[in-house]
Amino acid sequence: MEPGNGIEVRGLVREYKKGPRAVDGIDLAVEPGEIYGFLGPNGAGKSTTVHVLTTLLPPTAGTALVAGYDVVNDGPKIRGLIGVALQEAALDPLLTARDHLRLQATLQSVPKLQRETRAEELLHRVGLVEAADRKVSGYSGGMKRRLDLALALVHSPRILFLDEPTTGLDPQSRTDIWNEVALMRREAGVTVFLTTQYLEEADVLADRVGIIDQGKIVAEGTPAELKAEIGRPSVHAIPRTEEDRPKIAEFLAQFGEPLASTRDVAVRLREGLGLTDIVRAVDANGVEVADLELHAPTLDDVFLAKTGRTLEGAAEEAENVGEESRRA
Amino acid sequence: MTQVGAIARRSVVRTSRQPAYIIPPLIFPIALMFVNAGGLRASTNLPGFPTDSFLAFALAVPFIQGALFSTMNAGTEIARDVQTGFVNRLSLTALRDWPLLTGQLTGIVVLGVVQVLFYIVVGLIAGVHFESGPAGIAVLLVYGALVALSFGALGAFLAYRTGSGETIQALFPVLFVFLFISSMNAPRNLIGVDWFRIAATLNPVTYMIECVRSLIITGWDWQALALGFGFVIVLGLVSLWLASNALRTRMTRT
Repeated sequence: MEPGNGIEVRGLVREYKKGPRAVDGIDLAVEPGEIYGFLGPNGAGKSTTVHVLTTLLPPTAGTALVAGYDVVNDGPKIRGLIGVALQEAALDPLLTARDHLRLQATLQSVPKLQRETRAEELLHRVGLVEAADRKVSGYSGGMKRRLDLALALVHSPRILFLDEPTTGLDPQSRTDIWNEVALMRREAGVTVFLTTQYLEEADVLADRVGIIDQGKIVAEGTPAELKAEIGRPSVHAIPRTEEDRPKIAEFLAQFGEPLASTRDVAVRLREGLGLTDIVRAVDANGVEVADLELHAPTLDDVFLAKTGRTLEGAAEEAENVGEESRRA
Repeated sequence: MTQVGAIARRSVVRTSRQPAYIIPPLIFPIALMFVNAGGLRASTNLPGFPTDSFLAFALAVPFIQGALFSTMNAGTEIARDVQTGFVNRLSLTALRDWPLLTGQLTGIVVLGVVQVLFYIVVGLIAGVHFESGPAGIAVLLVYGALVALSFGALGAFLAYRTGSGETIQALFPVLFVFLFISSMNAPRNLIGVDWFRIAATLNPVTYMIECVRSLIITGWDWQALALGFGFVIVLGLVSLWLASNALRTRMTRT
């Protein structure tokens, strides 16, 4: 791997005092110019990994090289080469976008003569020219995220860390951010380490995905590879009434292994079976269903296969654990 | 120095965009001074009272009271930066800890000097005669900057240590106790209650007030100046040491 733009992590562990092992011995390698999606529910260890890789937290054990530099010994060098947009946009509500860009450019040692030009360029790039002189307190969530992205790019970093950049955004703003990230990689060859809890985001944007759960990487590969691991599609039957549900579940069980679902009755189809086989059988046996759907494998299926839980369920579980520890 | 300037500029810009952080430190101490001067004017007739103008006597108080407001505001602002993650943002730049602290304190000092200038102008308009003359006014501005720096560093320490604006606001009344248990409203030799006089004598704020007061009503009282500058410099050094340590801990990076 070219040391210039990549990330290499070996046996990385991060423990908090009196807390859980947030990151539990992960290995990963991000190639230069790659968009690496780090997918997992809340509390899985994504942000802690980002904090270690961006030098904000020292690791408890293991090694991590960012742009060829060690996160423990070469913090200042790494900080000069990376751009970071953390989970909280952390903008100053009383400053304007232009104020932020000026401040960030100065602190990132961008030469004085280039600061204004760079600020203008970035404002155009993220579509904030008209709002550039308005205080950030009046910005929408999407505008704040776009400004955050622009700030991370002020010093033309070689590696960009984006920690859940689209959480809480509307679909349009989310798409804007995706387009911008894809453009940066295409035009500037920036390596992107992106954490997300959105399957679609990882699927659309990432060249490769690492799935993290309870501090461990449970799967890694391209979205296509990961889905191919699961291989078989699932069939989802929507009962006409709740009373029909057990009967349909029993009927469908003969075609594959049942999947957990509250909305419908679902099975992962056995090798060689397709939707037409199910439709024929349903018709022949007079089973009453409102609708039948065939689902190609998704990253959620991958997560389910690797952890036994859905991403949504894991997120709820993490929230409950957090709530319990807060009460305790 | 460029980084210090950028942080100081942000500090000043932020404050200038929050009238609630500018007007109270200017108006409240002055309003309180006029109220006190109106009610306590008769005390100038007491034997041993150092001046016949209570306004001149009381003008020293806004200097310290304004600095206390600044401490709270500065501390709250810095704590907000900690809470919102802005300090993390700064930690991820090439900024080192001392330019951050220096920049923030420079912003506080600039505002502190503006406050002092305002109090001096109000005093002059109200007819207060500055015994130490123009040179004394210059010393007052320097002293105002030092007081703002020392109290600002104290606010910064509390902010970096606790990371909570609410905690700082809760500590504000404690700081005010120091102001009230001082020679704020009466010279120490005329405080009749023993425990109050002893507390005022042990209270460093007393010497800060007396330093400012001496330049206004006495002229050049070297002992008062030495004590006033001495206490504020000691407070400043201790606060700066505490603040820089707290900031270093807060900005932990590898």
